[in-house]
Amino acid sequence: MRKWVAVLLVAVVSVGILSFSITSSLASTKNELEIFSWWTGGGEEEGLNALIKLFHEQYPNVKVINATVAGGAGTNAKAVLKTRMLGGNPPDSFQVHAGMELIDTYVIPGMMRPITKYMKEWGAYDKFPKAILDMCSYKGNVYSVPVNVHRGNVVFYNKKIAAEIGMAKPPKTWKEFIRYLKLAKKHGYIGLALGDKNKWTALHLFEDIMLGKLGPKNYDGLWKNKVSFNNPAIKAALETMKEVLSYINTDHSAMTWQDATRLVFSGKALANVMGDWAEGYLKTLGWTPGKQFGWFAVPETSNAFMVVSDTFGLPKKAPHPKNALRWLKLLASVKAQDVFNPIKGSIPARLDADKSKYDVYLRWSMHDFATVTLCPSIIHGSAAPEGFVTQLNDVINRFVTKKDVAQAMKGILQDAEDNGYLTK
Amino acid sequence: MIGKHKVGLVVVLPSIVAIAIFVYGFISWTVRVSLSNYNSFSSLLRGVYRFVGLRNYYRIFSDWRFQTDLWNTLFFTLFFILGTIAMGIILALLIDSKLKGTRVFQNIFLFPMALAFVVTGTTWGWIFNPGDFPKDPMGINLLFKQVGLSHLQWGWYTTTGHIGPFNIALIPIIIAAVWQLSGYTMAMYLAGLRGIPNSIIEAAKVDGATPWQLFWKVKFPLLKPITLSAMIILGHISLKIFDLVYAMTGSGPDNVTDVPAVYMFELTFRANRYALGSSISIVMLIMVAVVVIPYLFYSMRQQKEVKL
Repeated sequence: MRKWVAVLLVAVVSVGILSFSITSSLASTKNELEIFSWWTGGGEEEGLNALIKLFHEQYPNVKVINATVAGGAGTNAKAVLKTRMLGGNPPDSFQVHAGMELIDTYVIPGMMRPITKYMKEWGAYDKFPKAILDMCSYKGNVYSVPVNVHRGNVVFYNKKIAAEIGMAKPPKTWKEFIRYLKLAKKHGYIGLALGDKNKWTALHLFEDIMLGKLGPKNYDGLWKNKVSFNNPAIKAALETMKEVLSYINTDHSAMTWQDATRLVFSGKALANVMGDWAEGYLKTLGWTPGKQFGWFAVPETSNAFMVVSDTFGLPKKAPHPKNALRWLKLLASVKAQDVFNPIKGSIPARLDADKSKYDVYLRWSMHDFATVTLCPSIIHGSAAPEGFVTQLNDVINRFVTKKDVAQAMKGILQDAEDNGYLTK
Repeated sequence: MIGKHKVGLVVVLPSIVAIAIFVYGFISWTVRVSLSNYNSFSSLLRGVYRFVGLRNYYRIFSDWRFQTDLWNTLFFTLFFILGTIAMGIILALLIDSKLKGTRVFQNIFLFPMALAFVVTGTTWGWIFNPGDFPKDPMGINLLFKQVGLSHLQWGWYTTTGHIGPFNIALIPIIIAAVWQLSGYTMAMYLAGLRGIPNSIIEAAKVDGATPWQLFWKVKFPLLKPITLSAMIILGHISLKIFDLVYAMTGSGPDNVTDVPAVYMFELTFRANRYALGSSISIVMLIMVAVVVIPYLFYSMRQQKEVKL
């Protein structure tokens, strides 16, 4: 008797589970929108929630599912997304860095729908700088909407220390900047704060130096297979970085990027090369831009803007394409961009934003965004596929310790060759 | 023979099927991927399988980073096992001497084992963070400075110093791991010590054995099976170590604290080089199998002997 009760119980439970899973997969025909991102920290989460609220005001009957995966720079989210895309179960729209991260991973294998005609319909197509839409394009079609833009090639510095060592205006060349770093060291401060426990910050520094030595046109040429990696400018960048490495903090490999920026905040280091999310961080620590800290473009790169941008695309197999397009239309509008960006601490990708909503640093960034050459960042997923980036990461990390220019150059050429770039 | 155990077999069958699919099936799949050219997301997507033989294995073994990983694993395993067993024996002997309060300390020594490696790694990472020593130290370096032993400050896991192929940056990680698992070996040795018949101890004392001789010539040989089993368990933990290293130090400058599991993780989930990552996991599997399988045969043989 008891045996039969047990069997019956198991049967009931299994039928229950089966029917639940069937109904939940059928549920995708409901009026929903699933957005996938890694915006879980600081101002990002609030910014995203503000966008979703804006979406609700326009489409109150759509249920928005905010699917996020925590982990800086989306390292975990990207892995989860790949699994879903491979399994034919994509979200309606997902956050992805502008450029190769999207193009190489999902557009080239044919998993994304082009949205050029929609952007033209919405009147948004000509409101973005052409260069940034080019980054999101493949063979003439745009595949994602850029929402926010961070600048990568910025130096943030402690104004008090700068005054003490006599740095009255921003250095224009690395030679000049290294002279100030040397002065800072003599006065007992760390010249340049670096925190490369998670490795990527070293490549972030290197790509900015490389941008300066190559100039924006040749830098862009590397990724378009017009310029060879076997270039004296890249060697010069390695030499400059080798010199700069004599003025960094000795415990750099134990620090994250926040720890390094904090060194500037606590008056221990003169400067930190970091994207302008560091500006947001300094503000949360209590500083005011322009008062306790100043900034300038990384020496020799004031004519270039290293773009780090988050965008949203439209997967071919999105379960609710109508809602996904509504979401993209919202993101491409100036109202949404002016709601999201002031909260996140980045600048809008559109050129017609309301400047009064942004602080003095962001206005400087917006001015440069509209006027100088835009360049794709390597470490932040825009310029090259992930395989290239991780290998280059390893080469630069070895270089930070070994300081062997010939060895690093060999590693860079090997990496470029492995990924189909010019090396002759 | 099977007829007698029909009911037992039916009960165990689901587990066998599950293990066949999720363990051995997936291992075979990993071997298959490691012999393929799936080294980018698009090649995986296209799904066109191209057999490339042992090329991926050749590539990782000639990779200086993987070679460093293997050396790091060797030295980490060596010192980790030595340290944990030594600490385990010392603690077990102390507890066994039945001084006051041994019950309390027995539990305290075992607590670290309940922590996740990530927690241990993060906390010990803070403790061993050297700071900008000597003028602005952190963690233990700061403690040294405050008690006047400033000259003892050193770079801990940020140093790239080495003695031959042994990277001394591994020392803080070894300390954290030994701290975590000494309680485990202590518990095993305690059980072993209590299993030694009192008559043998008494006989040795009557024969005039010193405490050292009592330990080294009487107790330790009788604890050999425990030592062996502890070495196997600890060995297979240290060969696969990932979360402790990843949370505490990452790969370190010039990969001084890199281990195969971290490299495999980066290759597979960051660089999308699935075939290379798979080949590293198979190498790790073989390393662990070399350690565990002989032990399994040995203990099965022992059980057979007991049955007879």
